[in-house]
Amino acid sequence: MKHRLGFAGKKLIRMALLLFGVSIVTFLLMCASPLDPLQTNVGQAALGTMSPEQIEKLETYWGVDTPPVERYLGWLLDVARGDFGTSLLYRQPVLTVIGDRLASSFWVILSAWVISGVLGLTMGVMAGASRGKWPDRLIRGYCLLISSTPAFWLAILLLLIFAVWLGWLPVGLSVPAGMDAAAVTAADRLRHAILPALTLSITGVANIALHTREKMIDVLESDYVLFARARGESEASVILRHGLRNVALPAITLQFASVSEIIGGSVLVEQVFSYPGLGQAAVTAGLGSDLPLLLGITVVTAAIVFAGNLIADLLYGAVDPKIRKGAARG
Amino acid sequence: MKPILQIKHLSVYFTQYEQDRRFFSFQKRRIAAVKDLSLEIQPGQITAVVGASGSGKSLLAHSILGILPYNSHMEGEIRYDGEPLTEKRAKKLRGNEIFLIPQGVTYLDPLMKVGEQLRKGKKDPNTKQCCRMALERYGLGADVEEMYPFELSGGMARRVLIASAVTERPRLIIADEPTPGLDARAAKRILSHFRELADEGAGMLFITHDLELALSVADEVVVFYAGETIEKAKAKDFSDAANLRHPYTRALWHAMPEHGFRASEGTQPYAGNVRKGCPYAGQCSVCRELCRTKEQIPLIQYRSGEVRCLYPDEMR
Repeated sequence: MKHRLGFAGKKLIRMALLLFGVSIVTFLLMCASPLDPLQTNVGQAALGTMSPEQIEKLETYWGVDTPPVERYLGWLLDVARGDFGTSLLYRQPVLTVIGDRLASSFWVILSAWVISGVLGLTMGVMAGASRGKWPDRLIRGYCLLISSTPAFWLAILLLLIFAVWLGWLPVGLSVPAGMDAAAVTAADRLRHAILPALTLSITGVANIALHTREKMIDVLESDYVLFARARGESEASVILRHGLRNVALPAITLQFASVSEIIGGSVLVEQVFSYPGLGQAAVTAGLGSDLPLLLGITVVTAAIVFAGNLIADLLYGAVDPKIRKGAARG
Repeated sequence: MKPILQIKHLSVYFTQYEQDRRFFSFQKRRIAAVKDLSLEIQPGQITAVVGASGSGKSLLAHSILGILPYNSHMEGEIRYDGEPLTEKRAKKLRGNEIFLIPQGVTYLDPLMKVGEQLRKGKKDPNTKQCCRMALERYGLGADVEEMYPFELSGGMARRVLIASAVTERPRLIIADEPTPGLDARAAKRILSHFRELADEGAGMLFITHDLELALSVADEVVVFYAGETIEKAKAKDFSDAANLRHPYTRALWHAMPEHGFRASEGTQPYAGNVRKGCPYAGQCSVCRELCRTKEQIPLIQYRSGEVRCLYPDEMR
C-alpha cells in the first residue's frame, strides 16, 4: 500500500510538471501569434474612432508593453489562487465556462468512451478468436474502413441520415431551440446527445478492436493456451478463462489512453452538431482569439488526459498479480 | 499385452507459400515435418523419442493430442487403446486419460493461480481434492495452489506440470522435453517420477534431445532425424555400438561422453528440404548412389529392432 501511495505521489508531481510545461508552451505559442490585445478586446471599429491618448491608456491597462515572462508569472500566480481569468467571448470567469461546457460534454464523452471500450473489446476478442474466418474479416473490414474515415465526415453522414432524412433525432444543439430552460427534460438532453456520442463511439471502436484482436491472437498462440487445449479445456473455456484474462491488462491501458482520442474527436464532432460542449468552446475560443479561455481549456484537457493515464497505471497495479504481489513484498 | 498407443505411418505436413521464379506469383507447397513415423507404446512402458531440435518431435506430441496448428495436415493412423484416435475422440480423452507434460513455466497462464489452472474451472470438492492430492504427491503444499506461475521456482514449476498429469488417472503421458535447464540430479529426480507413473500402469512417450537421459529411464528408444524415424531400438542395445543399426544412431553413441565424445561433421537438414532419398545421406560415411536416388527409404525389421537404412551392416 505504501509503495502504491508513493507511486501515485510521484505521478502527481509529474502531472504538475506536465501541466506547467503545457501552459508554458501554449502561452509561448499565443505570444508568437499576431494577435493584438487591444484589437481583440476593444474591436477594430472602436479602435479606429479612438484618440492616440485613449489608445495609450488602454495599452497600459491591457499591459501591452509588459514582458511575456512577467505576464506568464502573473497568470500563473492567479491560477495558483484558482483564477483562470475572464473569457472575452463569454464575459464569464474561464473556470465557470469550462465547468458549464464540461458538464454538458461529460455524458457524451463518457458514454462514447464506455461504448467504444466495451464494444471494441468484444469485437477484438471475437475477431482474434475467429482469426481468418468471416467474423474476423467482417470486423477487420469495418475497423479499417472506420479508421480511414474522418470523424467529422462520419458525423455529417449520420446527421444526414438520422436527422435530415429519417428525422428521428435533432439536427444539433444540446437542448431544443427556443425552449425555456426550465422546461427542458432529461429525455430532451438525451435525444440531443445520441448522435455526437454515437459518432465518437463508432470511430473509437476501430482502434480498440484492432489492438485487442492482435493481442488475442498472441494469447491464442501462446504456450499456455496450447497446454490448456492439451488438458482438454474447451475452446470457449480457452477464450473466456485464458483469453479474456490476458487481454484485460493491455485493454485497460488502451481504454484509458483512448480518453485523449475521444476528447480530441469531440472537438470536431461537437462542431458538426453545434453541441455546446468543451470541444466546441475550444474551437470558438481559438477562432475568436479568446486567449484566456483557450489557455484554460488546454490545461484542463491535458489534466483530464493525464488523469486517464494515471488511473490506468494505478489499475494495472491492482490487476496485474506481478505488480501487486511484488509491491506487497518489496 | 495390448499396446495403449500405436502410430502407423504418421506424416504431418505444413502448407507453405513460396515465391515462384516469376514475380508476384506464389506456389503452394506441402512440407513434410514428420515423415512416415511408426511407433508403439505398451502400458507401463516408457518409449523415448530422441532427436535433435527441429526434427519434428513436438509435432508428434501435438498430433497425438489433436492440437496441431491450423495450417497443418496429418496422414497415417493413430490408434489409442485399439481404436482409431479421431479428432473427436482425442478431444474427449486429452486431459482425462491422455496427458501432456510440457517443457516449462511458460505453459502456465501467467495471470492465473496454480490451483485454479489445475482445476480447469471446476469448483466441486472432488476436483479440489484430486488437485490437492496431485500437488501433495510431488511435495507441493496448499500454499502453492494460491501462487501465480511467476512465484514458482524452476523446479517447483516442473513439479506443478507433472502434478497436472496426475489429477486424473493417466493412461498415456506425453512428456515433451520436460527437463531442459535442470541440473543432472534434478533431471534424474523428474525421471524417477516418470518411472513411477509408468510402473502404475501408464504408457509414456518421453520426447527429448538428450540420449543419455533417455537411456537412463526408457525401455525403448526411437531415433528421429529430420522428421523421420530412422531407428527403433531397445534401451539395452545401446550398451554396445555393434548392436545399433543406423549410422546416425552410432554417431550419436560415439558422441556420448563415455564413448569417446566424438562429434560427427555436418548438420541435420531442414525437413522441408529433404524431398528424396535418405535424409542422412549428406553426413553418412557409407552413403551410396541408391541412398540418394531412391524415392523413400523404407523402415525395415532388422535384428529385433527397426531401421531406415538400405545398408545397415555396412558400418561394421
